[in-house]
Amino acid sequence: MMQTRGELPNWVDVGLIPLINLCVALIASGLVVLIIGENPFEAMWIMVQGSLGSLKGWGYMLYYATNFVFTGLAVAVAFHAGLFNIGGEGQAYMAGVGAATVGLGLDWLPWPILLPLAILASMAMGAFWAWIPGVLQAKRGSHIVITTIMFNFIAASLVGYIINYGFRPVGKMAVESREITGAYILSAREVAREYFGVKIASSPLNFSVFLALIAAWAVWYLLWRTKLGYEIRALGANPAAAVYAGIRADRIIIIAMTISGALAGLMAVNEILGVQHRLLLGYVGGAGFVGIAVALMGRSHPIGILLAAMLFGLLYQGGSELSFAKPEINRDMVVVIQGLVILFMGAFEYAFRPALSALFFPLGGEDNQ
Amino acid sequence: MTPAIELIGIDKRFGSVHANKDVSLAIATGSIHGIIGENGAGKSTLMSILFGFYQADAGEIRVKGKPVKIRSSSDAIALGIGMVHQHFMLVEPFTVLENVVLGAEGGRLIGPALVKARAELVRLAKDYELEVDPDAIVGELPVGLQQRVEILKALFRGAETLILDEPTGVLTPDEADHLFRILRTLTDQGKTVILITHKLREIIAITDHVSVMRRGEVVATRKTMETDVMELAELMVGRRVLMHVEKGPATPGETVLEVKNLTWKDRKGIARVDNVSFSVRKGEIVGIAGVSGNGQSELLDVIAGITRPASGQVIFEGKDIGILGDPRHVRAEGLAHVPEDRQHRGLIGSFDAAESAILGWHHLDSLGKGYRLDRDKVIARAKSEMEEFDVRPPDPLLKSSKFSGGNQQKLIIAREIKSDPDLLIVGQPTRGVDIGAIEYIHKRIIQLRDEGKAVLLVSVELDEIRSMSDRILVMFAGRVMGERGPDATERELGLLMAGVAQDAA
Repeated sequence: MMQTRGELPNWVDVGLIPLINLCVALIASGLVVLIIGENPFEAMWIMVQGSLGSLKGWGYMLYYATNFVFTGLAVAVAFHAGLFNIGGEGQAYMAGVGAATVGLGLDWLPWPILLPLAILASMAMGAFWAWIPGVLQAKRGSHIVITTIMFNFIAASLVGYIINYGFRPVGKMAVESREITGAYILSAREVAREYFGVKIASSPLNFSVFLALIAAWAVWYLLWRTKLGYEIRALGANPAAAVYAGIRADRIIIIAMTISGALAGLMAVNEILGVQHRLLLGYVGGAGFVGIAVALMGRSHPIGILLAAMLFGLLYQGGSELSFAKPEINRDMVVVIQGLVILFMGAFEYAFRPALSALFFPLGGEDNQ
Repeated sequence: MTPAIELIGIDKRFGSVHANKDVSLAIATGSIHGIIGENGAGKSTLMSILFGFYQADAGEIRVKGKPVKIRSSSDAIALGIGMVHQHFMLVEPFTVLENVVLGAEGGRLIGPALVKARAELVRLAKDYELEVDPDAIVGELPVGLQQRVEILKALFRGAETLILDEPTGVLTPDEADHLFRILRTLTDQGKTVILITHKLREIIAITDHVSVMRRGEVVATRKTMETDVMELAELMVGRRVLMHVEKGPATPGETVLEVKNLTWKDRKGIARVDNVSFSVRKGEIVGIAGVSGNGQSELLDVIAGITRPASGQVIFEGKDIGILGDPRHVRAEGLAHVPEDRQHRGLIGSFDAAESAILGWHHLDSLGKGYRLDRDKVIARAKSEMEEFDVRPPDPLLKSSKFSGGNQQKLIIAREIKSDPDLLIVGQPTRGVDIGAIEYIHKRIIQLRDEGKAVLLVSVELDEIRSMSDRILVMFAGRVMGERGPDATERELGLLMAGVAQDAA
């Protein structure tokens, strides 16, 4: 028997605990910076300044955040169904093939038709890559964690093969497709120049950021305002009760995974259609895994995911500024710092909970309202 | 003689809940002392304080007259206090011997401890009639023997005082009798037993003294010889209890449910429901009695569409619903189901009450057209059900797990009855529910019957079956042993429950 304590108030759960975890992560990172022989406060100032101190910094921060919103939502939807989809990386990678196939193959279409088609193709490919593990889990009981992680590896090789033999123009040395010219998402800079006549700093920020907001709203609506969402959450929270209620677990597993994959696939929209305008190797760059940390930190709720994604966007953008400004703190050190944040946010999620419980319930009891 | 355990002025608060109010209790050495009370009366908290899980806010514990501080269960064990939990704390794939030694290995190597423990087990078995094969795998033992292993564990650690928390909840009557004999032997040898229960009969049958708890206080301590069931029940709830349910005669109409030669087999191919046939008519309550684990749960699952029968038919209003194997379709036909295990099946603890109150019925158009789920309608529906069925607190936004057992059950009953079923199947409607809620739940089920609906009731509480049912079926080993009227004697039903057939079923 465990000593039971009362449940913490909501603001502690979604506000204070993540904040404490973040602070501890920053202190640990600061120590690492100190060991290298740099001033941690200066390093942090450079990171904050580098992402929030200029329009360009904001642009980059929001661009990274857009990716993490998509992958974070993907993890969250599966998580609500009780599934741990760690295949966002592979699903987002496969989605690029969808985007490029439509974007290049149908480029005779006018862009108002072509672009939505390319977005749908991205979602479809991401969904397909999550659908297979979903079916394997639902019908064969193959564990979703194992299959999705394996599908990351398969996608990594497969997409390389497809680009090389399917998309690379003859004579081109780089393993990448030719430029996608029709399915084009305008960057913030182009919008400012063309429509407002304003010149702003260059950044990869593009219209996909609005798609991320729409996706976040859609996920919220799906989970809390539809019968399907109710079934997804019921299955994740209590599978026995879901069976009693006549909710078919196999069906929900497959649907939830498909939606999850489609969301991960949207990451390719930002990256391929919005920024790179061509299909290239390794463009996902770990965003699929960051999505896990984002979903954990955001408590699998769209609002939390938006905030967490921005924090990780800040870390990414500030991190690159830092490695640029301080040669001692190289790119790998920045990854260490990001890793520490993920560690404290995700893995140590419950580390400070007992202490806080003791603080809130000094008598060690359950406050039954 | 100094009492084995004395609790003096124990006080414990959990936030705003006053779980134990100035509780004083003396447990005489070599006696069986019962502690009885409704769920939430503070029995378990008190014992948890004695066993070191909680610290009292105020008060003193004396063991054999000496004041002691018990900060953890290891302190309690060192003082000779052992506890047998309601849910066993056993490692199922381990042998009996390994389980007994667990946590008391006394060294890095397991070998010597096992040798010592084996000898000790032989001695304990001889002294207290606690025979268990030391090399049996615990997970393969029947529940009664598993409980014996728990007792052995406590004795092996030198327990002088043994606390048993609701020990008979999981036992057959035979096993319970055997347990009582063991407890008697233990006290004859000078051990002390504290028995926590909410079953009045057990208190009368086995204890020397009994303390009644209500709302965190010990309201009375009596010598068992000098009290009776009625007095204890009154003390428990603080008012006179209706021991019998008030209901008029049944006016059965046409047959609603007909189960024909139904068989259901588990994974090992054993028939857990074996060629069962019966019918339920409109306007009557058919009760299924039986010791827990004789196929009642499986029968309910098949009728509710959760599992598919191996053979036979479940005919509901002329349609074979057994072949559907889908609870949602079965519900759509007009069958409502209150599951036996409300915590694990009946509701979703992390959902708010409003969301739990639509579980299974969430696809109804009245809760939102098409794919949509209209939050306002969900809350409104829960609110009206909670008000009608007096669910407390009547807050549809409160998490389901925060309600007491009785209120959770009312929430489920409300959900199923308000779905306006032609047939309600109910499993253990009042298990772990306080007496006030029991009365109310019974009243609502009878009201449903009087409206001309059919009810199939499964309960392991014979009193409940006898007072509620218009016809009683008794199940044993997956078969229906016989059918009796509501006036059947307890002895008659008991024989059927034990598998002694007096007539061909």
